[in-house]
Formats: sequence, C-alpha cells, structure tokens
Amino acid sequence: MAEWFYFFYTALPAFLNGALVTLELTAVGVLAGFVLGLASALGRVYGGRWLRWLAIGYIELFRGTPLLVQLFLVYYGLPGLGLTLDRMPSAFIALALNSGAYQAEYLRGSILAIGEGQMMAGRAIGLSRWQTIRYIILPQALRLAIPAWSNEPVSLLKSTAVAFLIAVPDLMTRAKALAVQTYDPIGAYIAVAVIYLAMVYVLDAFLKLLEERARIPGYSVEGKKA
Amino acid sequence: MAAAILPPILWALIMLIEFIRYIAAGTVTTLAVTLVALPLGLVIGLAFALAHVYGGKVLTQVMRLYSTLMRGMPPILLLFILYFIISGSINLSPFWAGSIALGVVSSAYQLEILRGAILSVGGDQMMAARAIGMSRLKAIRYVILPQALRLAIPPWSNEASIVLKDSSLVYALGVAEILRRAQQLSATTQQPFMAFGTAALIYFILVFTANRLLDYLARRTQIPANPLG
Amino acid sequence: MSQPVLVAQNLTKTYGNNVIFRNISLSVNERDTIVIVGPSGTGKSTLLRCLNLLTKADSGKIWLDGVEITDPTCCSEDECRQRIGMVFQNFLLFNHLTALDNVMIGLTKVKKMPKEQARRKAVEELERVGLVDRAGHYPGQLSGGQQQRVAIARALAMEPRVMLFDEPTSALDPELIGEVLAVMKQLAREGMTMLVVTHEMGFAREVANRMIFMEKGQILEEGTPDDLFERPKYERTRQFLWKIAELHGRKAPEENG
Ligand SMILES: Nc1ncnc2c1ncn2[C@@H]1O[C@H](COP(=O)(O)OP(=O)(O)OP(=O)(O)O)[C@@H](O)[C@H]1O
Ligand SMILES: [Mg+2]
Repeated sequence: MAEWFYFFYTALPAFLNGALVTLELTAVGVLAGFVLGLASALGRVYGGRWLRWLAIGYIELFRGTPLLVQLFLVYYGLPGLGLTLDRMPSAFIALALNSGAYQAEYLRGSILAIGEGQMMAGRAIGLSRWQTIRYIILPQALRLAIPAWSNEPVSLLKSTAVAFLIAVPDLMTRAKALAVQTYDPIGAYIAVAVIYLAMVYVLDAFLKLLEERARIPGYSVEGKKA
Repeated sequence: MAAAILPPILWALIMLIEFIRYIAAGTVTTLAVTLVALPLGLVIGLAFALAHVYGGKVLTQVMRLYSTLMRGMPPILLLFILYFIISGSINLSPFWAGSIALGVVSSAYQLEILRGAILSVGGDQMMAARAIGMSRLKAIRYVILPQALRLAIPPWSNEASIVLKDSSLVYALGVAEILRRAQQLSATTQQPFMAFGTAALIYFILVFTANRLLDYLARRTQIPANPLG
Repeated sequence: MSQPVLVAQNLTKTYGNNVIFRNISLSVNERDTIVIVGPSGTGKSTLLRCLNLLTKADSGKIWLDGVEITDPTCCSEDECRQRIGMVFQNFLLFNHLTALDNVMIGLTKVKKMPKEQARRKAVEELERVGLVDRAGHYPGQLSGGQQQRVAIARALAMEPRVMLFDEPTSALDPELIGEVLAVMKQLAREGMTMLVVTHEMGFAREVANRMIFMEKGQILEEGTPDDLFERPKYERTRQFLWKIAELHGRKAPEENG
C-alpha cells in the first residue's frame, strides 16, 4: 500500500498532464459537438427534405456505431483517402462528431417540446422563420435542454479514455505507461480511476449548479435519455 | 485484370462483400460478448437494485457507493481494472474475462435503470399487495417486478445498444471481435478506410436491428392503458 | 350481544416526534358497520393501516377473533392481513393485471388455490360487485368506480373477517360514488363486518350502526349515527358532521331542530 502511494506520488505530475489532455479532449468535444449538434438538430426539425435526411443520417450513424470505430476511421481510415491527421486532431474530430450526434438529440427533444405554437406566435408578429428560431425558439429550447443535456459532458469525459488506443497522451495513456513500467497494472489503473472519479465528480457538481441556475420556474421537459 | 474491366463502383461493392465476409467472424464474437455481458449485467443489476430499494440502510449505502464508483469512471478503464483482477485470480481467456468485466460495468447502469423503474411502480402497489396477505418477497415477485421490468424496457434497450457498442472495447484485450478483424483487414489490404468503414456499417446494422427488436418487445409487453405508461 | 371481531387497545402511533394518535381503543363486533369521520390529518388512514399491520403501532394491542395479532409469536403478519380486507382511497389495483387476475392473484399466490378453483371464485366475487363483464379489462381501462369495485372484490376474495375501507369514494367523480356505495350497502346487508372511513354522511346514517368522530388523534365521540347527528355531546361534533353533510348536498337542521 505504501508502495502504491509512492508510485502515485511520483506519477502525479504525469497524471496531471494527462488529466489536462483529457479535459482538453472533453472541452473541445463538447463545444464543437454543441455546434454540430445544434446545426443538425435545427436541420432535422426545420430543414427541407435534403437537409433533414442529411441530419438524420449523421445523427443515426454516429449514435449507432461505437466511438472507437469512429476514432479509428478518422485516424487510420482517412489517410487511406489521402487525408492524414495527427493523433490529437483525430481525437478532436471523432469526439466532436460523436458528441454532436448525441447533443443533437437532446436539443431536438427540447425544440420539439417548445411546440408549433411558439413558431406560429413568432410568425404572427412578423418575425421571419429564422428570426423566430433565433429569438423565440432557441432561447427557450436551450434552457429547456439543460437537464438532459448536462449528462453529455460527463459522459464524454468518460468516453475520451478510448483515445488512448491511438496513443493520445491523455490520462489513460499515462496509466498504461505506468502499468508497463511498474508491472502493476491494477495499481496504475486504480490510481487514474481516482483521478477520473474526482474529475467526474467536480464536473457533475458544476453542471448540477448550472442546471439549478438555468431553471425557468414552473417550466420543464422530461429529459430524454440518449 | 478484372479490376481494369469492372466499373469502379462494382469493384468497390465486391470488395465490400469480401470485407464483410472476413469481418463476419468477428461479428459472431461481438454478439457473443454482448450476450454474455448484457444478461450478466442484468442479473447483478437486478439483485443490486432490489438491495438498493428494499435492503436496509447499510445495504442501500453500499449499493449507492457501488453505483457511483462504477459509473464514475470510463468503461474502458473499469474494463481494464476488472480484466486484470479477474485474469489475475482465475485462468480465463480474454474473451471470457472481457465479457464478464463488461457485464460488471453494465451492471451499475442497469442497477440505476431498474431502481428507477421499481421506484416508479411505487410503494402503494407494495402496500396493496401486502394488504391481501402477500409477503414482501411475493409482492416483489408478483406485483412489483412484473410492472417494473416492463417499465424498464425502453431505457434498458438503450443500455443494450450501449453494451453492444462497448463490446468494441474488448478489442483492447485482443479479442477477435469486429474491430479487431477490421484492423487485421486494414493491415493486410492497406485499405483502412474501407476496413473500418465496413466495421462501422456492421455495427450500425446490429444496433439498428437490436433497437427494432427491443421496440417490438416493448410494444408486445405493454400493459393496456397503464397509468404508469 | 355479538362477538368482537377486531379489538384494539391503547394504540399509539408516532412518526418521529409527531404523535399521530395516542391510546386509541375500539372494538368492532360481528356484523357491525362502523363509520369513522374526522378532519383531514387526524390519523384515520394511519389507524386503519395499523389495524391490519401495514404500519406498526408504537404500542398497544390488537386482537382478531380473540387472538392477539400484535404478539409476534402468535401468527404471521401475512396470515393476519389475509383475514383483514382493505380498500384504499386510490384503489391500488395491480396495474399489470386484468380485473379477473387482480382478484385471482391473492387466491393463487397467497392461498395457493388451484387455478381453476381460483378463477371460479374470482368470477363469483366480480359478480358480487357487478363487474363480470369487465373481467378481461386492465385497471387503466376501467372507470374509477369500476376500479374501486374490483378492489373490493379483490379484498372479498380472501374471505376476510372484517373489511377496512379508507375513504373508498373520495377519489371518485360524483356520478361514480353511488355504484361503490351500493356495493358497500349490499355487503353490510349480507352481514359483512366493516370499518369505514368516509365523509358520505348519507351512507353513515343509512347503514352504520355506530359512528366514531376522531379529531387530533383522539376518539372525541362515539355512538349511533342518530346520537352523533342529533344529540352530540360536543358542539364540535355537530359542527363537523353537519358541515360535511352540507358539503355533500344535505341541509343542516334549524338551530334547535
Ligand atoms: N409515513 C409517514 N411519515 C410521517 N408522517 C406521516 C406518515 N403517514 C402519515 N403521516 C402523518 O400522519 C398524520 C395523519 O395522517 P393520516 O393520513 O392518517 O390522516 P387522515 O386522517 O387519514 O387524513 P385524510 O382525511 O387527509 O386522509 C398526517 O399529519 C400525516 O402527515
Ligand atoms: Mg386518509
């Protein structure tokens, strides 16, 4: 046990660097995924036929396949088509595309929950379709989406760990290095598990706070599970 | 020679079929991993959900801790920890160790799904069952569970497709499932996009089919006009 | 004088520091129909739940047919509950079972009756509450009144010695109350021993042979319905009874009437 603490202590700087990479992956994935998700949710709800099918295709394909496969397709597959990307950009792209598909469904759920009435009311006072979406629908939908959506950052934080399979220098990769180095895989992985738990805990608490703050009194929608 | 004569599309199609045939062997393994992990997770999850809801204070706290810890770390990390623990104590193939570990990972998520379903059936149904003289155990068996399990089907189908997708994680243990076969193909054919694309396609078809089947099950077992939905 | 079926002595129930009732005693005799009334929150539901051991009283004793059921060595609680029927305000039918199966399940799973025999018995009980034609319906497909009648049949099927009713009609739309009360009146005529918490004063005056007015965890007054309505010991009793009678559409008598 004392030995384990010693390892943990000496590995801590490496772990913290790894944790930063993990957080970076999460942040980029969530933010870029949000943009993608919002665009495809709007496309799926308000788009014309082609746009709608494009959005549906994207959402369903990325929700229907493992993140790891998506990651390999980007990192190992794209070079086959002449597009070679580094590890980090590959991970960013795969995580963003994956998260975007899930976020699209959270956002679509809340947009649908707003209902036709608000669109009609917006159009009735002379706003264009786009203006109604921009000023009436989205301000409500985004807040309404928060309870369900707030699962996504935590879920993505955990998902980023698979990026170690393309040797992105994240927390998981550091754990593997330590496992090889110390011949104590269980000790090494439990050490990073503690760090992951702490990160998940803090992120979760932060999102709960956000959820609390963003609540519109007397207005909510059943959170749809991904 | 053939390549020169056939139009490229047809050529790609033939290659796709060849790829699918090669990866098909991995598909069987992927399904096998899922079919071990999912029921195992269900059994553990159900037992723990019952302990969480009906157990004493201590048991409830233990279950809460289990759920928080297991769901608080990446599945791949937990898979590794469990894999090394399992294969360190008994001699199991990576397939079995990985499938069992994946089942334990899923058990925490299934625990939460089932606990939610049991809670939404509610204490009143238990009271009504006790009022006609059923024991607690009988009430759970004949009144609570038949309702809770039905309510759990939609979120459970979601978990089922997560486990199906997460089965790709045992790739990291060297199990020859879809992704591992795709990687082998990629290495031998130098066609990585095609290889991993085919893997994605197969996963998509599996997940899609599983979802349809479970939707059908949910509709078949629906209680007419159930106030709980 | 007829036999006491259910007797409670000095029952006390608290939730934390909150005393729901203290030292309540009552006795229900064979063929009695006793109506309990009282303001909301006085512990009527809690009392009924204590009587069939769904909730444990803190102290006090309960006898069923002369056997003390609060004595843990006497018999199993589950057996006692079989012999005390209970009907809830919100019906509490088992949502996943048809009306027939709701009535049958206690017979097959608790009494271990063979399926065919249980089915015949269940059909009989549904006939008794006038719902054989709804046997295959699920609770969600029945009206509130019908659900409550099935719930009564479910309790009756266990052949209880006494039936406890906890505001069986207060969750019902007004036009559905009559059908449930009719079933209960029929039961009373057949000689079923019943303890009924209700605000249906018409039912109380017509059917009850005894009435109990409960307030703040105490039995304030007890007697025949006529005693309580016409010659109450306490002004409070008169006020309350006539107030709820009025709410249910009957007029209060003149000041000295
Ligand atoms: N499980 C419980 N835990 C704590 N307090 C309880 C519990 N059940 C009931 N109480 C409290 O006990 C008191 C009596 O409740 P009870 O339901 O028995 O009243 P009641 O006379 O049936 O009222 P009503 O006419 O509204 O049905 C209430 O103040 C209630 O808040
Ligand atoms: Mg009550």
